[in-house]
Amino acid sequence: MEAFTELDGLVAPLDRSNIDTDAIIPKQFLKSVHKTGYGPFLFDEWRYEDIGRPGQDCSQRPLKKDFILNRERYQGASILLTRFNFGCGSSREHAVWALREYGFRCVIAESFADIFYSNCGKNGVLAVSLDAEIIEHLFKEVLSTPGYRLRVNLTAQTITTPSGENIFFDIDASLKDRLLNGLDDIGMTLQYGDDIRAYEQRRATEAPWLFPERN
Amino acid sequence: MTAKTLYDKLWDAHVVRDNGDGTALIYIDRHLLHEVTSPQAFEGLRLADRELWRLEANLAVPDHNVPTINRDRISDPVSREQLDALTSNVRAAHIKYIDLFDERQGIVHVIGPELGACLPGMTIVCGDSHTTTNGALGAWAFGIGTSEVEHVLATQTLSLTKARNMLISINGKLGTGVTAKDIVLHIIGRIGTAGGTGHVIEFAGDTIRGLSMEGRMTICNMAIEAGARSGVIAVDDTTIDYVRGRPMAPKGGMWDKAEAAWRELHSDAEARFDHAVDIRAEDIQPCVTWGTSPEMVVSIGDRVPDPEQETDPVKRQGMRHALEYMALEPGTPMTDIKPDKIFIGSCTNARIEDLRAAANVVKGKKVAPGIKEALIVPGSGLVRKQAEQEGLDKIFIDAGFQWRQAGCSMCLGMNEDRLSQGERCASTSNRNFQGRQGPGGRTHLVSPPMAAAAAVAGHFIDVRELND
Ligand code: SF4
Repeated sequence: MEAFTELDGLVAPLDRSNIDTDAIIPKQFLKSVHKTGYGPFLFDEWRYEDIGRPGQDCSQRPLKKDFILNRERYQGASILLTRFNFGCGSSREHAVWALREYGFRCVIAESFADIFYSNCGKNGVLAVSLDAEIIEHLFKEVLSTPGYRLRVNLTAQTITTPSGENIFFDIDASLKDRLLNGLDDIGMTLQYGDDIRAYEQRRATEAPWLFPERN
Repeated sequence: MTAKTLYDKLWDAHVVRDNGDGTALIYIDRHLLHEVTSPQAFEGLRLADRELWRLEANLAVPDHNVPTINRDRISDPVSREQLDALTSNVRAAHIKYIDLFDERQGIVHVIGPELGACLPGMTIVCGDSHTTTNGALGAWAFGIGTSEVEHVLATQTLSLTKARNMLISINGKLGTGVTAKDIVLHIIGRIGTAGGTGHVIEFAGDTIRGLSMEGRMTICNMAIEAGARSGVIAVDDTTIDYVRGRPMAPKGGMWDKAEAAWRELHSDAEARFDHAVDIRAEDIQPCVTWGTSPEMVVSIGDRVPDPEQETDPVKRQGMRHALEYMALEPGTPMTDIKPDKIFIGSCTNARIEDLRAAANVVKGKKVAPGIKEALIVPGSGLVRKQAEQEGLDKIFIDAGFQWRQAGCSMCLGMNEDRLSQGERCASTSNRNFQGRQGPGGRTHLVSPPMAAAAAVAGHFIDVRELND
């Protein structure tokens, strides 16, 4: 998993609460046998005039012009700003895969649904929750300032606005560590590779029939 | 030393390290793969550029959406994509693969024990909840999700919290016509589908010891329907005799060592359980489910229950919904219910003993005219072959059943075999959820002889009356 340390990114404002994972990636895309290919279908129903089909080429599809991510000034955004209870609904990890593949590395919201939050951590996406007043303040700034960027520093746990204002955020220490070092669940376990090998060694002596390849 | 349960012993033998946060890293001896839950796991490995930790621990087979006739024609594009993905993933990784045209192909939970790939004392996982079937061998077996499949492929371990211990003892003599399926349906009816939540259930008692391995597998298979994380049964002579000589079982001196170790796989006499339930075998009758949860079950001699008699308002509402979905009236004798289709198959009840029991009922009889379709889907190619050697296929075909090739088939309707809207099925599978066997389909779970009896009678009937 890609480590997250610092990010200086363009911000896209999605001014809604309770955005569920079905809106982030509709269920017809769950039939895919892949872990990638979801980016073009992120927010499919909001983004396109037609209904998307898995595996389809999206470059020719008619766009909904009003949808915020379709506006010229937000192209290339890597930080998503939104409201309350983002990522609620079904537990699909595809929602985070789609956001990540689209280009978002950080989501700033008033709050997140639990499973979505933990799925972000497993996929190198930083989810930051901030007080409602600060979120409101950021929305105002983004909307009134074309090209609005934020600097996110995970080590210092700060978000810096263009005017130099520092906003502190909270994050669980072990999650922070995993993000900084780019450790997903497997990466965490592989840190104990020597323990696993030692176990196999011992077990192959005690119960050799379980390791026929060694005999 | 403190006394241990069988599950305690299995847990202790597989701890790689204590993670210090209430979880332990547990070593996985056997990993079984099928086409539905593995593709993204393999892709995850590729994306992160990771290797398989231990090639030899893995075994793959397609089963969930394979056709049971015309094997080379898979019309559904999603099914075909999943099957193709499995083939290319396991070939690229050099994982031992039993493909669609191999005579050993079958439902993953049937072929594991059959081939000796699953052995007593092992930790066994698969991206499928009915992996619990293997607990009958005195193994610790459970289903996992796709991200855990990837984790096992890459590390041969999982971080787990220890479950609690539950003991279900069944003692006494089973009546004629009462099978392992009836035992487990009876248990679920008694403790409920959440009765085993957070526990590993050990099934014990002289009734369990009197069962064949096939019967024990039926019981552990449905431990998951009782909410348990796993089901286990102690090793005894029946286990040892079953495993001896299986293709992947140890041989010669290695066998002797293994057998000696496996003989220790039982709970110590003083072992303490967090929860214990006692059941008298004499209380168990042939069972039929009437609702949309396996706990909605009655004996064949009973009637469809009346929600208005239920005091718990939540349960009452659930019963009403179930009856509406199932199109049943309270008070209807179970024997008045007429299925449209019969399905004898699934990882619960498609082993040789199940087919023998069903054939025994239908021998010399005909499927009733009201039955639209009656399927026999053996659990594996080897079960099918064995049944053909015994002439069971002839008995079924003569009676008007269709004799199919192995797979999950109508258990979940991912292939062509499924119920249509409103159709009613007597099924030997394990889940009667809404739409499980096809959208709008209505499932009644029963044992193989009870499904066979319903097929020839045209309605549910006590198999013992049919034979009179
Ligand atoms: S037979 Fe049914 S329950 Fe068993 S593995 Fe197949 S789909 Fe799952």
